[in-house]
Amino acid sequence: MKTDVLIIGAGGAGLTAAIAAKEEDVDVVVLTKEYPTRSQTCMAQGGINAALGNVEEDSIEAHIQNTLKSAHGLANEETVRYMCSEAPATVAWLDSIGVCFSRSEDAKIAQRRLGGASAARSCYAQDYTGLKILHTLYDKALSLDIEIKNEKILLELLKDENDMVCGALMLDLRSGQKERYFAKSVILATGGYSRIYGKNSTNSTKATGDGIAVAKRAGAKLLHMEFVQFHPTGLKNSSILISESARGEGGYILNSKGERFTNELAPRDEVSRAIDAEIKKGEEIFLDIRHLGEQFIDEGLPQERKLAKLYENVDPVYDLIPIKPVAHYTMGGIEVDNNSQTNLEGLFACGECSNHRVHGANRLGGNSLLEIAVFGKEAGKNAAKRAKTMESHVAASPKDDFLEQEFTKEIDFYVLRQMMGDLLYNKVGIVRRESELREAEAFIEETKKKLPLMGAKDNSLRYNTDLAEFLEFRNMLDVAEVVIKSALSRKESVGAHTMEQE
Amino acid sequence: MKISIKREFDFIEYDVDMQDVTLLEMLNHIKSEVDSSLAYSSGCRSSVCGSCGVRVNEKEVLACSYKVQEGDKIEPLKNVPVIRDLVVSLDKAYETNARAKAWISEYNSQAKQTHEDEKINETQSDCILCASCYSACPVYAVNEEFLGPFALTRVWKVVSDKREAELKEKIDTIQTNGVWDCTLCNECTVVCPQGISSKADIEKLRAKSSQYGYMDPNFGSFGGGFDSGFGFDGTPSF
Repeated sequence: MKTDVLIIGAGGAGLTAAIAAKEEDVDVVVLTKEYPTRSQTCMAQGGINAALGNVEEDSIEAHIQNTLKSAHGLANEETVRYMCSEAPATVAWLDSIGVCFSRSEDAKIAQRRLGGASAARSCYAQDYTGLKILHTLYDKALSLDIEIKNEKILLELLKDENDMVCGALMLDLRSGQKERYFAKSVILATGGYSRIYGKNSTNSTKATGDGIAVAKRAGAKLLHMEFVQFHPTGLKNSSILISESARGEGGYILNSKGERFTNELAPRDEVSRAIDAEIKKGEEIFLDIRHLGEQFIDEGLPQERKLAKLYENVDPVYDLIPIKPVAHYTMGGIEVDNNSQTNLEGLFACGECSNHRVHGANRLGGNSLLEIAVFGKEAGKNAAKRAKTMESHVAASPKDDFLEQEFTKEIDFYVLRQMMGDLLYNKVGIVRRESELREAEAFIEETKKKLPLMGAKDNSLRYNTDLAEFLEFRNMLDVAEVVIKSALSRKESVGAHTMEQE
Repeated sequence: MKISIKREFDFIEYDVDMQDVTLLEMLNHIKSEVDSSLAYSSGCRSSVCGSCGVRVNEKEVLACSYKVQEGDKIEPLKNVPVIRDLVVSLDKAYETNARAKAWISEYNSQAKQTHEDEKINETQSDCILCASCYSACPVYAVNEEFLGPFALTRVWKVVSDKREAELKEKIDTIQTNGVWDCTLCNECTVVCPQGISSKADIEKLRAKSSQYGYMDPNFGSFGGGFDSGFGFDGTPSF
């Protein structure tokens, strides 16, 4: 199949890119391994930053400075400036396509203050900001008649003899058949890689870094992969996120002795490190919101009460909530320039899979939804412009088809996947030591070698999720390898990357 | 705990040593430890992505928010093609959103949304497209062309929104295989994990349609029908 702009991933970034490309009057095809409204974007609760000053005085300059500070010197000031300056127009655009934002008493978009922000800057839609933005982008994409194809798994990028990206090799999950898509420009919008930490992540089970792994195998440069944001309050067993508002509203963090040991209102990385240190001492950690009272909890934190009951069998009104810090957002990604173009000609990237150098060593809350909207648009526009300059399609065949090899199925990859998740959480997690990173590196290297001994036990062509998860596991191994190598090469502690002396 | 899952040809029983877990956790366990060929969909684990809708003992639930009970019978959603085991194709159901034109067509930039306006379609915009409502809908079961519960709820979301300037087009679009085909049985409301009542939204769209000169095509037929909007004594039934 041929199109002008091929977009892989249909979350907030992919759909924004698709809308922007389509508005440039080119043909667009969007491929997703799920359905367009099921991506990680739907889980974003906090909001989208824009210095509108609807609630209190604010300025674009303050937004820029807050973002740069949180990035610990690893952001690019020019792109940060661009993103923050575009924010008000971006929110206005989202409003114009119908996002049901919460409103203030004086009929403006409501804003609230998130950690690290000097003003109430985050525009929100109750606790469903990501969900409502994502669904509205989907509505808009439908109104433009954008072709979206569901349940297609990215296998490899296609490149011509000049190393130019000209399409993608996909696996149709429903038929089990491989399909080739040719395009004049390709955009990756495939999301982050928090799931390399297995069950120790707040993310959807699908956040397996596929696009990053595939891009790397095709020769794309990755940047700052060692930076992973850990959220201090994931539920202990399920890693389901208990939102920051639980601490913001006055919740305590306690150890097994019932002692508070950290300032609950400190930034996420600081609280996560404090909890990690207690856990390593053998303590169990709890979030305590009992003193806030049933009425307050039911009004302000209803989701939290429901999830704690469901997954931990505790009622936060009467019980302590067992928690641990878990992987939440990945700052690293495919390196792109100011046009969202990667180092591979013809390949663009946006969203969590890309690194536009706006988050640096630590992302500010409310900036991820902003990033997907601002740079999703840029990627879509620039990919469309490039497509217009191309006279014809180039055809190519995949160089290295992983699935063509023999898999002996001697080893159960589900066992290794779980081992990988726990190992990375313990050795490549919140606080890192060189010897432990080396240990993790050796495990990943060994496991990669053993891939031909694994494979899917299910031989079915039709909707083989066993095979799909095996392919995701392979991608996570490739991503984890880079995360560890990047962590090893950064000796100093900065932002979300903390190195401890042996 | 024993549960049975509808597989290719029949229900297969699984005896799993787990207590007090969500159905999704149990499916994950079965897949990674017992039978890796089991097919089902999942994503966020916290009821916002809409991936894991299934039926338990003939009632629609999200696997991630349902606690499994002894003897539960798990089946795929109804009224949509089964691809494999618990996985269904929602392509056709999703297409209803496009056919219903469930989007802002013309933005009224003068509209001032107040806090009260926000509340008008707050619940409708919580929809996660899990398709539980299509599975439960007896009209969609017999008429695939019926626009269906979530699409009509999403139309009401737009129609009730001050920012939409082109209401007539919205109303025109939902007359055929739309608001008048619903039997107001309320099954969609009962199964919605987000507390949305598509039935109530359809009733509001009917009232709006009347304002645009449309009438219930069933009205005037024998006895007025149960879905005419009026009771037997002629008083409005909603």
